[in-house]
Amino acid sequence: MLWLGVAYLGALAALFVTSLWTVDGFTGVITREWTLQNFRDLATIEVYRSITFRTVLTAVAVTVIDIVIAFPIALYMAKVASPRLQRILVIAVLTPLWASYLVKAYAWRGMLSETGPVSWLARPFGLDSPGYGLAATVITLSYLWLPYMILPMYAGLERLPNSLLEASADLGAATGMTMRRIVLPVLFPAAVAGSIFTFSLTLGDYIAVKIVGGANQMLGNVVYDNFLTGNNMPFAAAVSTIPVVIMLFYLAAVRRTGALENL
Amino acid sequence: MSLSRLTRTLLGAFSALALVFVYAPLALVLLNSFNTSRTFAWPPTGLTTRWWSAAASSTGARSAIVVSLEVAVIATLIALLLGTMAALALQRFSFFGRDTVSLLIILPIALPGVVTGIALANAFLTIFGIRLGFFTLVVSHATFCMVTVFNNAMARLRRLGGNLEEASMDLGAGTFTTFRLITLPMLRSALLAGCLLSFALSFDEIIVTTFTAGSGIQTLPIWIYQNLFRPNQAPVVNVVAAALIVLSIVPIWFAQKLAGTDESVAAAR
Repeated sequence: MLWLGVAYLGALAALFVTSLWTVDGFTGVITREWTLQNFRDLATIEVYRSITFRTVLTAVAVTVIDIVIAFPIALYMAKVASPRLQRILVIAVLTPLWASYLVKAYAWRGMLSETGPVSWLARPFGLDSPGYGLAATVITLSYLWLPYMILPMYAGLERLPNSLLEASADLGAATGMTMRRIVLPVLFPAAVAGSIFTFSLTLGDYIAVKIVGGANQMLGNVVYDNFLTGNNMPFAAAVSTIPVVIMLFYLAAVRRTGALENL
Repeated sequence: MSLSRLTRTLLGAFSALALVFVYAPLALVLLNSFNTSRTFAWPPTGLTTRWWSAAASSTGARSAIVVSLEVAVIATLIALLLGTMAALALQRFSFFGRDTVSLLIILPIALPGVVTGIALANAFLTIFGIRLGFFTLVVSHATFCMVTVFNNAMARLRRLGGNLEEASMDLGAGTFTTFRLITLPMLRSALLAGCLLSFALSFDEIIVTTFTAGSGIQTLPIWIYQNLFRPNQAPVVNVVAAALIVLSIVPIWFAQKLAGTDESVAAAR
């Protein structure tokens, strides 16, 4: 049975190619020269810096929003809901994950359009739908990755024994203090675990941006466009190292907080 | 429970609202597929099944569905084979580099789709010199579908332990017989769940697919994506999207029943 290791290592080797292609040189046709010109371009040309910045900012925004939304839900699921309701809720939260990503992004395109429901809801208040743009991108991405944040939080909170909370109340702590001292330390690693998903998924996203982002560009778009239309594979490859590097840093920082155990 | 009643009601209300928020867009797509308005005016101007019949006769959508099905089935079969073998190997034997391999297997799903997409595309084009097409598409899908099967199988194997198999071997059954009569039946429902998940994953896949399908192949998500910005195709695209919602949820629901909720929570990561 050991030889099977060879069978799929071939597919994985494809991913190891990452180390090779990042320094490929280029002309019109791809020549296999080695040069760091691509990286030099990346670092010096202003537009890529702003795109990277925008992408990271979006990732942070999405992560924060998801944490804020997921926490009450996870708390409710873990502590307040009956076991039967818990099971139903878990399924209810999980199910949209499997509706196609594309369909969900498309659904938000419909929601946010000028003739859509969000605009219809906002009109009595004198507002309007945010339309397509960065705000829409943040909303859509938060929506897409929300289950990835709820689940680790729920798992973490569920493991918190009820007796701890009761003991805290018995010793006289108000709800706020209980939250701060007991719930939050448990919550933090779970939130971090969830944030790995939201962060990395947002960093690499290019389709949701295209669909609801209007004219905005994120890192993923740069990779995609260079690959598809620009035929500049090595440059696209160089750009895609950015999210990888960012994620590696992020994961290293996360590991120090010990949150990786929860995964 | 020390949380006050007010807190609890607030939490419950918030969760209910959030769930509405989660399902609203999906419900919108479904509702809009019956909307008479071409631009999906809200509230709907009327209800019609016209778009559904238009979609049913759309040749582009139909051939895209066929392609998607073919890719998904083949990829799932490959994933089933490789994923199961991988799970068995990693669970039963400790060999050199075992932890590394375990990490490597997760990699296709762990890395951002863009990275996986371009790495695979690059491998095919630059290193191997294969043109992008059906073959490359199936290989890429199989690569990350393998992970879902692997996860499900591992979760089940971990829960079961090796006692029954050891007993079987002690009683004289060979490796293959043991596998056939003991391991496989125990794994069966987990593998089925993994297959369903992998099928849904492959069918819906868009991120890596755009990189590795090349210009000739159109899977259903690609068809949707390409027609997304064409106004006159909009209602048909919406119908297809609505159908996809229904079709994705059903296999997953079955997978849940088969594997049990805890395992699917673990497998969904």
